[in-house]
Amino acid sequence: MSWLTPELIAVIVQVLKAIVILLVVVVAGALLSFVERRLLGLWQDRYGPNRVGPFGLFQLAADMLKMFFKEDWTPPFVDKPIFTLAPVVAMSSLLIAFAVVPVTPTWGVADLNIGLLFFFAMAGLTVYAVLFAGWSSNNKFALLGSLRASAQTVSYEVFLGLSLMGIVAQVGSFNMRDIVEYQQQHLWFIIPQFLGFATFFIAGVAVTHRHPFDQPEAEQELADGYHIEYAGMKWGMFFVGEYIGIVLVSALLTTLFFGGWHGPFLETLPWLSFFWFALKTGFFIMVFILLRASIPRPRYDQVMAFSWKFCLPLTLINLLVTGALVLAAQ
Amino acid sequence: MEFAFYFASGAAVVATLRVISASNPVHALLYLVISLLAVAMCFFSLGAPFAGALEIIVYAGAIMVLFVFVVMMLNLGPAVAQQERAWLRPGVWVGPSLLAAALLAQLLYVLFGEPSNATLAATSVGPKEVGIALFGPYLLAVELASLLLLGALVAAYHLGRHEAKE
Repeated sequence: MSWLTPELIAVIVQVLKAIVILLVVVVAGALLSFVERRLLGLWQDRYGPNRVGPFGLFQLAADMLKMFFKEDWTPPFVDKPIFTLAPVVAMSSLLIAFAVVPVTPTWGVADLNIGLLFFFAMAGLTVYAVLFAGWSSNNKFALLGSLRASAQTVSYEVFLGLSLMGIVAQVGSFNMRDIVEYQQQHLWFIIPQFLGFATFFIAGVAVTHRHPFDQPEAEQELADGYHIEYAGMKWGMFFVGEYIGIVLVSALLTTLFFGGWHGPFLETLPWLSFFWFALKTGFFIMVFILLRASIPRPRYDQVMAFSWKFCLPLTLINLLVTGALVLAAQ
Repeated sequence: MEFAFYFASGAAVVATLRVISASNPVHALLYLVISLLAVAMCFFSLGAPFAGALEIIVYAGAIMVLFVFVVMMLNLGPAVAQQERAWLRPGVWVGPSLLAAALLAQLLYVLFGEPSNATLAATSVGPKEVGIALFGPYLLAVELASLLLLGALVAAYHLGRHEAKE
């Protein structure tokens, strides 16, 4: 066994950890479709899916069977290569961004020193999924949906980046692990960076195209928008991609503003770090679903005006004040 | 790292060739996005991760979205692809190819005439070093660029306002 050097074992262990994280994120994303419908039912005084298995727990399996065996129909008028590529981009870009999230002190895929920028880059690329899906479908409603998506992206991406620059200025690093360690020694960023938290949360909802920023796929006026022509597994990839986006943004909110894996009793029971991380992330996923259950959908020019005229100045003021305080503290 | 650099730059060259030769404008834009991503990979492998990330965020994530947005609005059908194919006759390629080949020969002569033998990615340039350089020796260039952007912003605001009044 001379080829099994310690370095090789370390590499294999890292790869296995990365695969486990990948699987957990995808499975959590798929499970969320069931959790969301049950929670929406609870908040809207109805049952939701409760027929398949105990408490409807096997609904996910039934849905997946349905999705796999549906005919994967590609309409003859679409632009085939781009039509096939769009769902792949939708699912993979936010999944790749999960690589920079530090789950626990020892678990995490990539420890990049430009961690936050890597997330911005991947979030910037997700818009191509919607754009190309809408264009290649050759359908008016799909095109309208993707036009809305690109207008919305250009509006929110500016303050998505600016809202986190206060944190970067305070920590002095783009590295996610540095940000978590800083919060252990100081306050969690939710208190000193509350404006940053509020604006990043809004931008995060917009990244995932979730309610109330789901104008690109508004059922009422666009009949589901950009993925109107998709069926079977291709549609399923858009669907799971959306839930992966929710998991990613919730994990980022936890990491950046709520101390990541930190919590009480960590000195005596180190395995609790994953529990704290999962608990906080789960809380934000609930908030995402509660938003959908409670808020009506604004018009899309209202969304754009809100992001340019309210959120952008707010993030700039936050960055100015943070910069002044960081300078004064030196 | 050397392999990553040559792999990414090869992908960039092929993608850029397809940008020019593709007859469908949206396909050409998609190749341009891939070419920008490949250039970002080149920056990563050369030890400049900050420049690589900014390349993706600014060019692939923001500027190209506007390009794609405009081209999608034009609603170019198969007729345009046909027209483009008619324009790209083999005879059209001769002149530009000869000129580009002359430039390539010059570049190769400079590169291989005096090899510097420097190793790839000897140092890694992080965000902090870039910031210090921008606000130290290159401060004047940063200020001039921001003035230019301010001018563009005012002009864009003026154009948008005029349109809104009508």
